[in-house]
Amino acid sequence: MKYLDEFRDGAKARVLLREIETLVASMDIPARRPLHIMEVCGGHTHSIFRYGLEGMLPDAIELVHGPGCPVCVLPMGRIDDCVSIARRPEVIFTTFGDAMRVPGSKLSLLQARAGGADVRMVYSPMDALSLARANPDREVVFFGLGFETTMPSTALTILQAESDGVANFSVFCNHITIVPTIKAILDSPDLQLDGFLGPGHVSMVIGAAPYEFIADYYRKPMVVAGFEPLDILQSIWMVIKQIKEGRAEVENQYARIVPYDGNEPALAAVSRVYELREFFEWRGLGSIDHSGVKLREAYATFDAERKFAIPGIKIADPKACQCGEVLKGVIKPWQCKVFGTACTPETPLGALMVSSEGACAAYIQYGGGKPRVAAA
Amino acid sequence: MNAVAPFARLRPLGKLHVRTVTLAHGGGGKAMRDLIDDVFVAAFDNPALAPLEDQARFDLAALAAHGDRLAFTTDSFVVDPLFFPGGDIGKLAVCGTVNDLAVGGARPLYLSCAAIIEEGVTVDLLRQVAGSMAATAREAGVEIVTGDTKVVHRGACDKLFLTTSGIGVIPEGRVLGAHLARPGDVVLVNGLLGDHGAAILCARGDMALETPIESDCAPLHGLIEALLAAAPGVRFMRDATRGGLATVLNEIADASGVSIQIEEAATPIRGEVKAFCEILGLDPLYLANEGKIVVIAPPQQAEVALAALRGHPLGAEAAIIGRIGEGGEAGRVTMHTVFGGWRIVDMLVGEQLPRIC
Repeated sequence: MKYLDEFRDGAKARVLLREIETLVASMDIPARRPLHIMEVCGGHTHSIFRYGLEGMLPDAIELVHGPGCPVCVLPMGRIDDCVSIARRPEVIFTTFGDAMRVPGSKLSLLQARAGGADVRMVYSPMDALSLARANPDREVVFFGLGFETTMPSTALTILQAESDGVANFSVFCNHITIVPTIKAILDSPDLQLDGFLGPGHVSMVIGAAPYEFIADYYRKPMVVAGFEPLDILQSIWMVIKQIKEGRAEVENQYARIVPYDGNEPALAAVSRVYELREFFEWRGLGSIDHSGVKLREAYATFDAERKFAIPGIKIADPKACQCGEVLKGVIKPWQCKVFGTACTPETPLGALMVSSEGACAAYIQYGGGKPRVAAA
Repeated sequence: MNAVAPFARLRPLGKLHVRTVTLAHGGGGKAMRDLIDDVFVAAFDNPALAPLEDQARFDLAALAAHGDRLAFTTDSFVVDPLFFPGGDIGKLAVCGTVNDLAVGGARPLYLSCAAIIEEGVTVDLLRQVAGSMAATAREAGVEIVTGDTKVVHRGACDKLFLTTSGIGVIPEGRVLGAHLARPGDVVLVNGLLGDHGAAILCARGDMALETPIESDCAPLHGLIEALLAAAPGVRFMRDATRGGLATVLNEIADASGVSIQIEEAATPIRGEVKAFCEILGLDPLYLANEGKIVVIAPPQQAEVALAALRGHPLGAEAAIIGRIGEGGEAGRVTMHTVFGGWRIVDMLVGEQLPRIC
């Protein structure tokens, strides 16, 4: 496949790996404290496991798999809310596929569907809007989910619904924002991170500029990275080079997609439709200030939270879960007390076991290519 | 469809004049008989079916001439949509059961067909499906010798469900089993993987993706006979249907207590299927196939097995994709990626769901 195979070239990978090994060898990295580089985005986590990247890297580098899997970080209470909306007889509840399996406190959407709720998988919010047009006697609700990557498409769909006067369409908005979340991780006292791979698709919308505080204030290198395995290797090399040279900058490896200032029309749609919530609850990380958005008053008629009575009950994460510590790089997934025992992809307890983009599920599904993983 | 071979003429055809099936056609009376005669008997036409007894009857001596063991299998087909590029539910129902017999080393001989029909389905649709079943059965050299139809209320099933069962005979001396894989054995497939799964997902139309991908649905008995003739040492075969290549490999690794390593670069997947999976966040290793088998062969017969597969029209893209490990964790399937790393290829937890971004 053109534009993909070039970025999966094993020969180029070997060259880059040698460069990384040389670089790491020239630095004085103690064996008991390897460099911790966090890939913020779940898409990166997926690629890293899909191509077995972790097992190819020298031992002096450890990847920490960050919070950027929007499916994983949904708290149980929000899924309960989805189920409660979906069970209303007049509602067709539409969602992206991988949110179907996320467990609520009692049911997932998949289980709610088996119980008779009309839950349908869509590939785009525009599909949900088409469903609303085709079913004028039903209420079609779209489960708005994801970081800035998917935020504009939901916003544009709402604007389209408004201009077409589709009254039976609404969005249950669970969109979240990346910057406050990275900040929350950086502020945590047990932080053990040396640098970041920035989320490529989020940055395609917001640009690289919003990350400057990471370099300026927290003095950590950040490289906005693409999703192909060579992109990721090159970005890792760029982060290490910054560390070696004592620099802390925001660099853009994914310049073929990410403009420094972001995508202006997408950002305009986002700010027109949404406003920040005071706080949003994350599975595994707790409540983070200003980390979620809701629909502005002007779009209240498209807001499922206003249209339907939603229980909105907060459900605490299971006590045994150590997702938060894994997310911050304090422990590795397999060091969690319930990894692979009480918490498995079949019956996930914690956020990171939910989707294949979650670090724990990825370890179980794909392995990490290192011996300790084979034993997991 | 009214051009019928001699056997069905035992009863006159052309009595069915309605356009759609109603519950009356499941009532056990004349309407049902007319539907069965005009649609199914007319299409499947053969001497065993024509008397329309409640059971097909076989001469044991004739069966025994083919081998020393019977193979018996059953499968249900609920595919949506009923017609898709490269096939339809009828073709699928015959190929699926023929292939389930053939991968066990059996020569497929007789099939049954049970149809559950939702009221409101058109008679034309049924004729088309029955015609497709008959054509595929002819191609596969099997006869559909007994059957059943039921009509259910609207909503009680999705248009049409089919169940086929099949009988085949295994020639003497053929012993194949999932538990027989040994370290050093090679893993082969007979061609491009994932076509059926991708074609069905596209045909559902809710993806708004247009692709030229067609289902690989095909009866594999001929290919398998050619393979076993050239490489009689083959240990095991299975058609990689639901759950795809990854699932079959895990089943073999579990049953034989071995590890399996495959090479991503050697695994044949069409560019269009790869691109389709890239867009939706799916993994082609888990996509269903309806005309692909996974073969485990001893290393000495790897090359003849490959040549035999490639020599058949349904195996032109056959490839050796991996090996049974000399060591490694028993039950574990791993893949050496094009990029040079290793990943685990595990069983799916549930259904494969597209990723959000």
